[in-house]
Amino acid sequence: MAVATVQPDPGRPQAGVPSDGGRWDQVEAKMRELGYRPDALIEVLHTAQEAFGYLDPEVLSYVGDRLGVPQSKAYGVATFYSYFTLEPVARHSCVVCTGTACYLDGAGALLGAVTGVLAARGKEAAPDRWLSLEEVRCLGPCSMAPVAVVDGEVHGKLSPPELASLVEAL
Amino acid sequence: MSAAAPAAAPAGAQPPRASANVCQAASCLAMGSAEVCQALEAEVAAAGLADVTVRRVGCLGLCAAGPLVEVPEQGRIFERVVPGDPSSHEALLASLKGEAQGGRPVASDPFYSRQVKVVLERCGKVDPENIDDYLATGGYEALAKVVGSMSPDEVTSEVVKSGLRGRGGAGYPTGLKWRTVAKEAGVAGKFVVCNADEGDPGAFMDRSVMESSPHQVLEGMAIAGYAVGANRGYVYVRAEYPLAAERLALAIRQAEQKGYLGARVAGTRFSFHVELRMGAGAYVCGEETALIASIQGERGTPRPRPPYPAASGLWGCPTLINNVETFANVPSIIKRGGEWFSSIGTERSKGTKVFSLAGAVKNTGVIEVPMGLTLREIVFDIGAGLAPGRRFKAVQTGGPAGGCLPEELLDMPVDYESLTQAGSMMGSGGMIVMDDTSCMVDVAKFFMDFCRQESCGKCVPCRVGTHEMWRSLDRMTRGVANRRDLEQLESLAGMVRAMSLCGLGQGAPSPVFSTLRYFRDEYLAHIDEHVCPAGSCPMGAAEPVAAGVGQA
Repeated sequence: MAVATVQPDPGRPQAGVPSDGGRWDQVEAKMRELGYRPDALIEVLHTAQEAFGYLDPEVLSYVGDRLGVPQSKAYGVATFYSYFTLEPVARHSCVVCTGTACYLDGAGALLGAVTGVLAARGKEAAPDRWLSLEEVRCLGPCSMAPVAVVDGEVHGKLSPPELASLVEAL
Repeated sequence: MSAAAPAAAPAGAQPPRASANVCQAASCLAMGSAEVCQALEAEVAAAGLADVTVRRVGCLGLCAAGPLVEVPEQGRIFERVVPGDPSSHEALLASLKGEAQGGRPVASDPFYSRQVKVVLERCGKVDPENIDDYLATGGYEALAKVVGSMSPDEVTSEVVKSGLRGRGGAGYPTGLKWRTVAKEAGVAGKFVVCNADEGDPGAFMDRSVMESSPHQVLEGMAIAGYAVGANRGYVYVRAEYPLAAERLALAIRQAEQKGYLGARVAGTRFSFHVELRMGAGAYVCGEETALIASIQGERGTPRPRPPYPAASGLWGCPTLINNVETFANVPSIIKRGGEWFSSIGTERSKGTKVFSLAGAVKNTGVIEVPMGLTLREIVFDIGAGLAPGRRFKAVQTGGPAGGCLPEELLDMPVDYESLTQAGSMMGSGGMIVMDDTSCMVDVAKFFMDFCRQESCGKCVPCRVGTHEMWRSLDRMTRGVANRRDLEQLESLAGMVRAMSLCGLGQGAPSPVFSTLRYFRDEYLAHIDEHVCPAGSCPMGAAEPVAAGVGQA
């Protein structure tokens, strides 16, 4: 399950022109900072995902080439780690913590509440467009269980109706 | 164990008559403590309280009652100081004005008074984003002493003498590990790595330490570097902890500027460079060989040991890997001596342990206790017990490789050996209290689901075994299991423990073993009677499964 606290990024630059736009510059700067070493791959993928919102084949192949990492390995790393996402992110994100404390305190009901909102919205609210619903195993503020993060904002001690209305208000 | 003194005021200025230390760790921040801080500054200015300062500090401990504000001069902590709710500020302001005393008294409240703070001595006392605060409380004195007047061997001997054991879970003697790395030739260099990939669900004490006193971790790493002969260090932080990473990055820059990290540490010929590396959401990277692979930009898959990282770690070089809390203990050990440290705790478990207390207790948060305190003291004195009407059922320690300990073990001392004997483990320090509404079969299923998803897939016993165990447990919680599922679960659990490549797989069966050992009746109720005694499994509480008939 990916954790996309990164804001969606609708204005992605045209494909194939790695010199245009500040986003590519950010990625380039990170690679330069780390000396274009192959072992910088994960750090650079973090920067690329921050810049573009997700890692598409073009970004992966560009980063791989610059760092001297085979495509297969760049793809392997990007898919191994759940933090990286290869799909465009939705406009809004809801991340429900399913760590131990949250699980015991009703994380399942929170997930159900958001699924309910998504179902009620029908096709117009397909999960990959309007809202991405994700699970993450423990964000750490266990004292506030159950916890959910809606568009980057952490909410604790949530009831299912509270989370449903937070999501509906997006 | 005196807590660190409040940070010094600028030279020449009068110390404040009272100060409001506002917690700026992740939990309180999520409750609005940044806004609380701004509001307080405005309120203090409006009231003309020139001799009152508002300060941003790290974790104050009682996360359940955040946002928290401490008035250290009065020894009081104010709870639930909510932004935009002036009434919750009234008692605090009255206290700052000297008109009244409110809040929770630190000296007499068991949550605070039963704790002994070594690792957390600066948490909630210093501004984590200001190195001057750290220096004013004796920070980097241990490092200066080490590089200025001790030989590497003397440093290691002090750590050996302290009896400190690894706080990441396994409890390997830290001094021995240091000595092993120190003995390696390391012609191509050596490395020090801080494992800050605190992945156990329900564990958040390392996050708290990094967010509250990042320099303390860096100082411990630099001392380790000097002792083992390493000039480069990495902190590997999990991606879910952006605030911890941000504060560590800032602390590294500040320490470099002040000459405590970088080319000439404290003006000597010793150099020590630290870099931050972010994890990317893989639990297995807490395992040391997987962590090394991840720092090298690869998939985080473990490899067989030996060779251990002490001999062949990062890029094949000798590498010392310790956990956040282990490093955070080191400056105090150097300053006060190994003997002092070993006077705390039990015969074989020295010092203190930081726990994150969560779940069904009233006082949840980050605590530090001497080794050997009993579970009962932690749960019922510090944790203040359970909510009215709820009954204690179990406490889970050690994360997905740990176990659930029942009521009859509440008087057991908390140390490495006792926990292991009881079928759990110290682990990194997550402690989750469960009441009678939690089903132990479901809890075992939860952890198995976790391990099944986090298995890296490299070895078959873990990849397939955790999945098959989860399937058996899932059948039990749905009321469709029979005795053969139980037999298969038990035999698989033994096989996965014995055959898996790394700690993730080897530890994965532990929650199953411990719940079978102490709560076998619950398993049998699910299997033979199709009933979940706790009433939390989808099969329904009292009624045997009626195959979903009559649903609307």
